[in-house]
Amino acid sequence: MKKKLLSVVLSTAMIAAVLTGCGGGDDSAATSAPADTTADTTAEAPADTTAEAPADTTAEAPADTAASGELIKVGIINNDPSESGYRTANVNDLQNMFTEENDYDADFAYSLKNDEQITAAQKFIQDGVDYLLLSAADTAGWDSVLQDAQDAGVRVILFDRTIDADESLYEASIISDMDQEGQTAVDWLAGQNLDAYNIIHIQGVMGSAAQQGRSGALQAAAEEKGWNIVAEQTAEWNAEKAQQIVQSVIDSGKEFNVIYAENDDMAKGAVAALDNANISHGVDGDVIIMGFDTNTWALEELKAGNWNYDGQCNPFQASYIDEIIKTLESGGTLDQKVIIMDEKGFDAETITDDDIANYGI
Amino acid sequence: MPNNSAKKLNGTNALQNLFRNQIFIPLAALLLLALFNLIMDPSFFGISFGYNSLGNPVLSGSLITILDNGSELAILAIGMTLVTAASGGQDISVGAAIAIAGSTLLRVLCGTNSRPDTLQAPIIVAFLISCVVAMLFGAFNGVLVAYFKIPPMVATLILYTAGRSIAAWINNNELPIISEPSFGYFGSFIPGIPIPTPFFIAVICMIVITLVMKFTNIKLFVQSVGINDSSSRLNGLNPELIKIMSFVILGLCVAVVGLIKVSRISSINYSVIAKDIEMDAILAVALGGNALSGGKFNMAASILGAYVIQFLTTTLYKYNVQSDALPAYKAAVVIILVVVSSPVVREKFSKIWKNLKAKEVG
Repeated sequence: MKKKLLSVVLSTAMIAAVLTGCGGGDDSAATSAPADTTADTTAEAPADTTAEAPADTTAEAPADTAASGELIKVGIINNDPSESGYRTANVNDLQNMFTEENDYDADFAYSLKNDEQITAAQKFIQDGVDYLLLSAADTAGWDSVLQDAQDAGVRVILFDRTIDADESLYEASIISDMDQEGQTAVDWLAGQNLDAYNIIHIQGVMGSAAQQGRSGALQAAAEEKGWNIVAEQTAEWNAEKAQQIVQSVIDSGKEFNVIYAENDDMAKGAVAALDNANISHGVDGDVIIMGFDTNTWALEELKAGNWNYDGQCNPFQASYIDEIIKTLESGGTLDQKVIIMDEKGFDAETITDDDIANYGI
Repeated sequence: MPNNSAKKLNGTNALQNLFRNQIFIPLAALLLLALFNLIMDPSFFGISFGYNSLGNPVLSGSLITILDNGSELAILAIGMTLVTAASGGQDISVGAAIAIAGSTLLRVLCGTNSRPDTLQAPIIVAFLISCVVAMLFGAFNGVLVAYFKIPPMVATLILYTAGRSIAAWINNNELPIISEPSFGYFGSFIPGIPIPTPFFIAVICMIVITLVMKFTNIKLFVQSVGINDSSSRLNGLNPELIKIMSFVILGLCVAVVGLIKVSRISSINYSVIAKDIEMDAILAVALGGNALSGGKFNMAASILGAYVIQFLTTTLYKYNVQSDALPAYKAAVVIILVVVSSPVVREKFSKIWKNLKAKEVG
């Protein structure tokens, strides 16, 4: 009996530990980075502010704490770097830009969940950051927290992803135009002047902005120009699924000469299926291969002539954000709220090693 | 039924035995699917011989695709059947564990450079290390289930949530790519052999598990633990050890599937590799007619169930069903199975059967 009681107590303790461990784990995943950096900065920040604060406050309005010479405090909320190669590049770019050498005091929070991101945003607002940089996991649910930010005098800049909130709640939004990415790719495809267009269209996760933009352009062009879409399936950004989809088209004996995959991974899976069936692809091949996201390895495939086209989805927003902050800090105003980044499309016949080095992610 | 064997010669009883046999469910599902394809488009069964772009002979066709992709699931079904039988619950972390095993494998092969020109370690060494890692994670799940009595679904939820992050962390969030061609053999074709390698790997796994079940008492032990934990303890078994062992065996299966998966594309994508495969593996066990609450099991039926699921997937792809709608079809299959195998329905069926027989005799 005693033993049983002990085991019950122990196991409940364990479950409790596990459950709290779980919850705590998620939390710390979302906020571990800030915890680290705040530990660093709190050691230095007081020294800074005590030294300079009196001089500053007498000279300027208290609201403008981030005057020149002092570090600009930014809170950066992003999606988890393990999401994709794109995200890893994006996170690295931001981390390299927002450093103390560049006069920034940056805290980072990563999560793929909207509610965790909102919690992190609230924490940043309480910490009194000057700027809140946000790549939202979900478009909805941000109104109240952004209102809080505005009330607290925190300026919000959206990057990479836009949200459903009133424009007055943020200073600027730096985004990729997915429709334009799709259009660039489709224009390139139209420019190939093929005799017939029989396309396998491999889509990303349905409903994502990238999928909608990239699918939309192709579907519109197919309707307008009479291109034949042999198969249209979502492989959910997954290489193996793309391989199965293309395999099933090959098995059923349908003719095709273009594979339009909405990211590089899926293009890679599609190519694996073609290789197994000995169907030539790429420059001078029977099937044109199109991908997106300009992963370095994908651009190398392009250079080697195994693929034909790769569209860029620019993850390097840090320099744009930096410019905006500098403008705002110097008292300037922005010409436009929504800033769309330049994005290129690469052709296997014209790509250079420099392109791979500069644009590969 | 003591006098059942005496009656076995009777024709209706032989049929009845077939119906009673567990393997009947997946077999019937398979025949149904095959019949559907035969009527809709017989070319589904066509197999053609050709050469791939490396100049190796390969067979291709929908059936080959099923053998190829279904084999991963069949390997997982082996482990999942044991876990289900011993613990009366399912491991939902296999997809995440595959990401971990695959990531470990690539990490060992690549060393510190994510784009190595040559492999930093022999493939077999990397594979064995990934086996050890996957078995350790299996043991972790097993300990939670066996000693801490956490329901398996809840216990494995931990790894299900954290696994893909761990996998990404193992490789510092980089996406390693292996350029060595021989690494790709495990997921496609070995030069000179026109049948996909995953099928051979699955056959090896099946042979091993058959031999293990034949020459050890593992099947008996697992079933008795699954049926009644405390009475098997009274009979001198160690239920905790057997539960942990079943999770460790599943860990080994996971490592094998991880090898096939990363070999297919010579790379890995942590967030999508083997996504939702746990549900397919559990479905394979259910389709094999095994009770999801543990106890008796039929390994062959589970394995057949795995191929049936791939048969269904490939059929749906062929008819251009949106692939994000696939889970809905699978869910429909699960619902039918669960309802049919529920005690209420079974009782009804056996009553009807008895009535029919009574009328026949009368």
